[in-house]
Amino acid sequence: MIGRRRFLSTAAVLGAGTALGSLLPSWARSATSGAIPAALSGEDIALTISHAALTLDGRDGHGIAINGTVPGPLIRLKEGQHARISVTNQLEEETSIHWHGVLTPSHMDGVPGLSFPGIKPGETFVYEFPVKQAGTYWYHSHSGVQELVGHYAPMIIEPAGNEPAAFDREHVIVLSDYSFLHPHQIIAKLKQQAGYFNRQKQTVAGLLAGKDQTLAERIEWAKMRMDPTDILDVTGAAYIYLVNGHGPGDNWTGLFSPGERVRLRFINAGSMTIFNVRIPGLPMTVVQADGQDIVPVETDELQIANAETFDVIVRPGDQAYTVVAEAADSSGMGRGTLAPRPGMAAAVPPLRERQVLTMRDMGMDMSSMAGMEMDMSMRNPANAPQVKLGPGVPMIAPMPLDRTGERGTGLAKADHRVLIYKDLEALRPNPDPRPFTRQLQIHLTGNMERFMWSFDGEKFSEIVKPIPFRRDERVRVTLVNDTMMNHPIHLHGHFVELVNGKAADRQPRKHTVNVMPGGKLTFDLTADAPGDWAFHCHMLLHMHAGMFRVVTVRPLDAAQA
Amino acid sequence: MKRLVLLALVALAVGAPALAQPADPYAEHQMPARTAPADPRAGHTMPSPSEQATDPHAGHQMAVDATAPADTTPADGNEAPPPIPTDHDADRYFPRTAMVDARAQLNLEHGAIAWSKVLVEKLEFRPDNRANGYAWEGRASFGGDIDRLVIKSRGEGARSLAGAEAQVLYGRAITPYFNLEAGVRQDFEPRTRTYLTFSLDGVAPYWFELNSAIFLSDRGDLTARAEAAYDVRLTQKLILEPRAEVNLAARDVPDERTGSGLSSLELGLRLRYAIQPEFAPYVGVNYEQRFGATARFARAAGEDRTDTRVVIGLRAWF
Repeated sequence: MIGRRRFLSTAAVLGAGTALGSLLPSWARSATSGAIPAALSGEDIALTISHAALTLDGRDGHGIAINGTVPGPLIRLKEGQHARISVTNQLEEETSIHWHGVLTPSHMDGVPGLSFPGIKPGETFVYEFPVKQAGTYWYHSHSGVQELVGHYAPMIIEPAGNEPAAFDREHVIVLSDYSFLHPHQIIAKLKQQAGYFNRQKQTVAGLLAGKDQTLAERIEWAKMRMDPTDILDVTGAAYIYLVNGHGPGDNWTGLFSPGERVRLRFINAGSMTIFNVRIPGLPMTVVQADGQDIVPVETDELQIANAETFDVIVRPGDQAYTVVAEAADSSGMGRGTLAPRPGMAAAVPPLRERQVLTMRDMGMDMSSMAGMEMDMSMRNPANAPQVKLGPGVPMIAPMPLDRTGERGTGLAKADHRVLIYKDLEALRPNPDPRPFTRQLQIHLTGNMERFMWSFDGEKFSEIVKPIPFRRDERVRVTLVNDTMMNHPIHLHGHFVELVNGKAADRQPRKHTVNVMPGGKLTFDLTADAPGDWAFHCHMLLHMHAGMFRVVTVRPLDAAQA
Repeated sequence: MKRLVLLALVALAVGAPALAQPADPYAEHQMPARTAPADPRAGHTMPSPSEQATDPHAGHQMAVDATAPADTTPADGNEAPPPIPTDHDADRYFPRTAMVDARAQLNLEHGAIAWSKVLVEKLEFRPDNRANGYAWEGRASFGGDIDRLVIKSRGEGARSLAGAEAQVLYGRAITPYFNLEAGVRQDFEPRTRTYLTFSLDGVAPYWFELNSAIFLSDRGDLTARAEAAYDVRLTQKLILEPRAEVNLAARDVPDERTGSGLSSLELGLRLRYAIQPEFAPYVGVNYEQRFGATARFARAAGEDRTDTRVVIGLRAWF
């Protein structure tokens, strides 16, 4: 009987896999043995952007696909090769591809209106660049709202030399969020009613049940017009969370042989979601962050902000494990399975209780500053002279703290090890040991009630000036988060070295850094990539609402045709 | 005239705390300015805020990060920023005209979101054994984050339409939580009247929704109205909304059966069930009291000084 049941469930999974198979690239299909054979590689790669019909947990939706699938095809390159990737646009609107974290010349970076004019309907654009790095990356549209509906895919670049982290098998795990609501409807709802998608607000019923904040705290927060449950703008109320294009019910499954070292390449391709990732029963050894090798560190859970990547190595035994990617506000989860054989599944843990934000998330925690006297007014221009204090800026964090030593949102109470930014240490010395010669402070600003987001109080659409850098100068940049939301900030064309307490030459190099609410984060960078680069929040609707700037690096090289 | 000014001040005073907010709403959080914190970089020169403000490269001033590890500090980490370039790298590789268009699009797509909202605040039936009544109140707005076109309407009736008005306003966000609106109000019932209107609309501390307005009619009559509402979230979907409105007039307007001073007070308590956030049927009670000359005008017209009604209605938006 047992054998028969196993056979039936296996058949069911394989059947589901076949049904989805036509919509998914082979690397993302369920019950596959690994990503290695199924990739586009070589000098010449062709991609086509088109509409696609998606079926997620049995429900039909519309997507924009690369080579017909969501996520798109895995591109596998080798450090030192030359890449020539043609992209054909079969949409009725302009499209583009940005190679996230990949160091290309500025005009191959794929941001319409900045790097190039974009790819018009029916046109083909050929990207060409030398591959100068190795690691786990991804690529996605930088046009309109295409990335919100599926225009993203993984990219792996193999090192020219030895791979420092040994493994026997690998799986790419692309986490993402998908809504059956059109992105424009999502934006409209957020403008019409802030907190529209938050269905976990504090209530009187909760107060009577002793949940969340006390009455005194609620009154204090209400006085400031701050909602401690406003954690993610778009939540599980609108999103289905995907693992390799599979809904939780579709249950993407990656196979392994017991005892193998399995490398999992996690990529957060979510538009508006920070995921907390764990595999109950299986410790993860983190070996790479944002494509850069780090000193291995073992953990039980990691937070992956939008656009970040983390590679981990696990050693699973002869059983199934659930890969849990829980939204940081615990409003939903992506779910997948690692199993030695198809058809196996492990228990899926329930969603954890949603945490409320604290005074630290407002940059107003006085307890850690005992003995210091601070100006605690919430909108003091003296705390940020360069910020334009308009209707888009209700708050300037009076006392932003470096929060790289803290657990990410939603993880304060997790009763196991959690990866923090201070754990990250570059495996090899960083290429530029020079000390910084200049410092810069940029404020991340926003009004949650009006859903307005900006840098230094000005939306990009207000025709703001670029942020200028001298070529090859070393600059220390501090990002101050004057809002109660996380902002994963991405600088194109560069890696930044996160100032996290590690030795100056071992600070982890990242392409995207998450600045916690009410906190600040400092990085050093060498402005070694001449050209014009995008600098923006990777919460895509924050970017669309105005949290975007241009960074210039001058002088330029002579132009090459 | 003195009275008019006084009245206008009273009307706007409802919103005034919010307007004054940027100055310093949380005086109790104010503490003496930083005296001498242990700054690991003490000794390094740091431009004062006033010097920063006059920096020719203003926009991104340098600032010293007190948490930075001291051992990486160079002797001079405070170089001035470079000049802002005016050229565009991509123009060297692609047709300039195509890039100009694409740059305009890039700007539009990063902050210039236009949106609309139509809110039917009240659409309600007021059962009564003499004559069943009805009432509505709603607003629609169109535009961007700062400048918006606002249209409002309200009215009520029983056997016939007793009152109906519409407003067309230009709205502008002036603080993080408040909009100033200016425009025209047209009354259709009980009399045809046109007013010049200014209002202040927004969210006050503690999440009170406030709207205060002054109206100057084509007959020279000055009136004012202030509304406040609050959402008490009992559960995720069940919301209790107390609501208050006061109406004021600068002088008697017998035509409109309005007396000078405080003319009427309306208190409502509505319990709504948000099937979706956009769609919430409700039941409640509405109490109205007229004062002074307004009450006398009402009595003369055969109406009561006070009026209490059960209401059944719908709050919806899209």
